[in-house]
Amino acid sequence: MDFTTIVFYLFAAITLGSGAVVVFSRNIVHSAFSLLFAFFGVAGLYVLLLADFLAVTQLLIYVGGILVLLIFGVMLTSSVIDVQIKTGTVQVLPALFIVGALAAALLTVFWSTEWKVLPDPPAVDTTAPQIGELLLTTYLLPFEIASVILLVALVGAAMIARREKQA
Amino acid sequence: MLDFIQWLQNPGLGHFLLISAVLFSFGIFAIVTRRNAIMVLMGVELILNAANINFIAFSRYSSGSFDGQVIAIFVIILAAAEAAIALAIVLNIYQNFNTVNVDEFNQLRD
Repeated sequence: MDFTTIVFYLFAAITLGSGAVVVFSRNIVHSAFSLLFAFFGVAGLYVLLLADFLAVTQLLIYVGGILVLLIFGVMLTSSVIDVQIKTGTVQVLPALFIVGALAAALLTVFWSTEWKVLPDPPAVDTTAPQIGELLLTTYLLPFEIASVILLVALVGAAMIARREKQA
Repeated sequence: MLDFIQWLQNPGLGHFLLISAVLFSFGIFAIVTRRNAIMVLMGVELILNAANINFIAFSRYSSGSFDGQVIAIFVIILAAAEAAIALAIVLNIYQNFNTVNVDEFNQLRD
């Protein structure tokens, strides 16, 4: 076993273990903080896939942005000392059955398909220049649309959240 | 059995697909069973991460190009926009109905 393999299993364990805590924990604050480690593990997997720019983006946007937003949501919608913070679950048994079947189907497909695998995947030093070039050539239109979507989401979120109550 | 041990020792495309499949199932489970709207959002984030792992794994092992990584960036952008809008709606619902359990409210106006 070489070093890369050990690191891979480390990050895989972090991702899946924290993901399990997110889903099965009764306490929503525990779930939110486990999500941090799940995102961190996914960022590590990106590094192992030689996607350094994506890994940093994952840390900046998911861990630094989305997760903070979610924790804000948790704190603003439930009082911490309250027992209400223990969130209920519904229909666990049917859901376990269906999700188990779904996971089995997915794993079977992933396992049995002969994926096209390059015999010698190209080694890359850095990905940011190539991604930047693609964003400004092939993916220019989606890139511009994404910027408009972010603006709309910003304005829309502010408007929805700050709507005055008609007293 | 020896083949399996051999497979375990060389992380490749299949390993990343396996992780993403399990992460996806966790996300679906959270969406289906949790009553708290914010937990449902966390499930959605897990699913988006699982999809991103797939995109980048295929970009690395199968295509040899960077298209998958660019798509993953768009997924992250949309996830950020989605989280902001959804949190705003959840906060609004909490102000109006004093609950965030998705099975206790059925209208967006009070």
